[in-house]
Amino acid sequence: MSVPLTPRNALVAGVIGILALVPIYAAAGGNTFMISLFTRIVILAIAAVSLNLIMGFGGMVSFGHAAYLGIGGYAVGILAKEGVNSGFLQWPLAVAASALFAVTVGALSLRTRGVYFIMITLAFAQMVYYVAIGLDRYGGDDGMTIYKRSQFGGVIDLSNKTAFYYLCLALLLAAIYLVWRLVHSRFGMVIQGARSNERRMRAIGFPTYRYKLLCFVFAGMLCGLAGALLANHTDFISPALMHWTRSGDLIVMAVLGGMGTVFGPVIGALALLVLEEALSGITQYSQIILGPLFLLVVLFARGGIDGLLVGGRHG
Amino acid sequence: MADALLEIEGVSKRFGGVIASDAISLTVPKGELHAVIGPNGAGKTTLIAQLAGEITPNAGRIRFDGLDVTALPVDRRSQLGLARSFQITSLFLDFTALDNVALAVQAHAGHSFRFWRNARREPQLRDPARAALARVGLAGRADVIVSKLSHGEHRQLEIAMALATSPRMLLLDEPTAGMGPEESARMVKTLRELKGELTILLIEHDMEAVFALADRITVLVYGRIIASGAPEAIRANAEVREAYLGEQEAAHG
Repeated sequence: MSVPLTPRNALVAGVIGILALVPIYAAAGGNTFMISLFTRIVILAIAAVSLNLIMGFGGMVSFGHAAYLGIGGYAVGILAKEGVNSGFLQWPLAVAASALFAVTVGALSLRTRGVYFIMITLAFAQMVYYVAIGLDRYGGDDGMTIYKRSQFGGVIDLSNKTAFYYLCLALLLAAIYLVWRLVHSRFGMVIQGARSNERRMRAIGFPTYRYKLLCFVFAGMLCGLAGALLANHTDFISPALMHWTRSGDLIVMAVLGGMGTVFGPVIGALALLVLEEALSGITQYSQIILGPLFLLVVLFARGGIDGLLVGGRHG
Repeated sequence: MADALLEIEGVSKRFGGVIASDAISLTVPKGELHAVIGPNGAGKTTLIAQLAGEITPNAGRIRFDGLDVTALPVDRRSQLGLARSFQITSLFLDFTALDNVALAVQAHAGHSFRFWRNARREPQLRDPARAALARVGLAGRADVIVSKLSHGEHRQLEIAMALATSPRMLLLDEPTAGMGPEESARMVKTLRELKGELTILLIEHDMEAVFALADRITVLVYGRIIASGAPEAIRANAEVREAYLGEQEAAHG
């Protein structure tokens, strides 16, 4: 299958190229901080891509998506604390726990819509946040250090920064590909149809609820994986992983990059975190600049940065 | 009736103090084009909504092909072959015309828990969708985003989507609403072609269209059936003339 050279494809290829070269550039400059920053960007990009699946394509604005980062992260942290270090166990459990949580939240919240949906997802996320604060054995409010990263029995060593970065990048690319296949499949058409006009979807014979619920679970699982990565990246878990402002950050990434395109959130994550980093070097009030910037994108570039650079919607 | 497809038995619906459907009983045999007419606020759309399953009646039964569907949700009724079009156009505006119809085809092509193949490249969805578009005269507009289509084209697309669910019965809610005379004539032509092939319950304000198409006509006033019968009988019915037709003719004259 040949890929046509459209502006979007060029942009995607460019961004992936830059991401792939980060460790080489960092090594040349002896800048290990850069790898750390970009590992974080890539991991949060996975989370933003997963949020965009339900928000951009499914029209389900979840304001509690960071809960899955927490659940994935705590799954790794708790197991590590209890002496289970195998990533082959930790990561599937992180994903499974996220799926379970998503089924519960989705089953209740998807019966509502609009503001109610936003509020219920937020409420559930806050619940998990306070549960984490109550987990004294696992650091409570202060959080807890993870002394050993997930072990993959010699297949890959996560304490090697470059190896870990490339693993995260590979997972991001895999996630993008999977989501891309998903949104163009029959399942994806149902999800997008339900965003566009759910009443009509039911009138032509779709029981939309079950499709939306499964989509919600898929997104939760993917974000749970991002949580497991994030815990490994920071060697630390704390309730802050799933603070509601982080759910807001994920929404900002998806909107900033371009909702309704599979790759948009990656650009959003990149733009937001790089800007945040750059501005924090200049002023401690970086939000004063980021806020209005976000406003401008929302007001004048409905397709986000992606739409601004490429034009049009779809892809 | 032996070959009745749709049987409505004493269906009543009230919204607060307003009686939208007052013990409506009506039988539509297979193959009939049955028109329901009545002045604004007579409860015609409420009746269709109850038949389609969007509104649950307070009393009464609805049977489709012998099966009691009174309690079935919208999507299950659609799966049984009961398709509706909307009075106020209800489409997927950010999709192409072909995508809209292909979704309707997909809804009746097994479950959609299929995650890998590109649905827009599946001939078993696209081909029937193109055929349905062609039937309503939109073959040349297949790849246009729906929000860019004209009002008349939206109305045609409504029919194409209902058709694409391979229904046994169509519930059409004012298909010519807001159309100019030319578009209206094209819609009547489309409906005439469908007549006989499908059972149709038609709500319509355009009396010319109704009398040109209907096998039988039911007149609804304030949620109550005041007359039901062949077009000639309805035209001659004094009560109907007074309640409805006369009023219109007076307005026209």
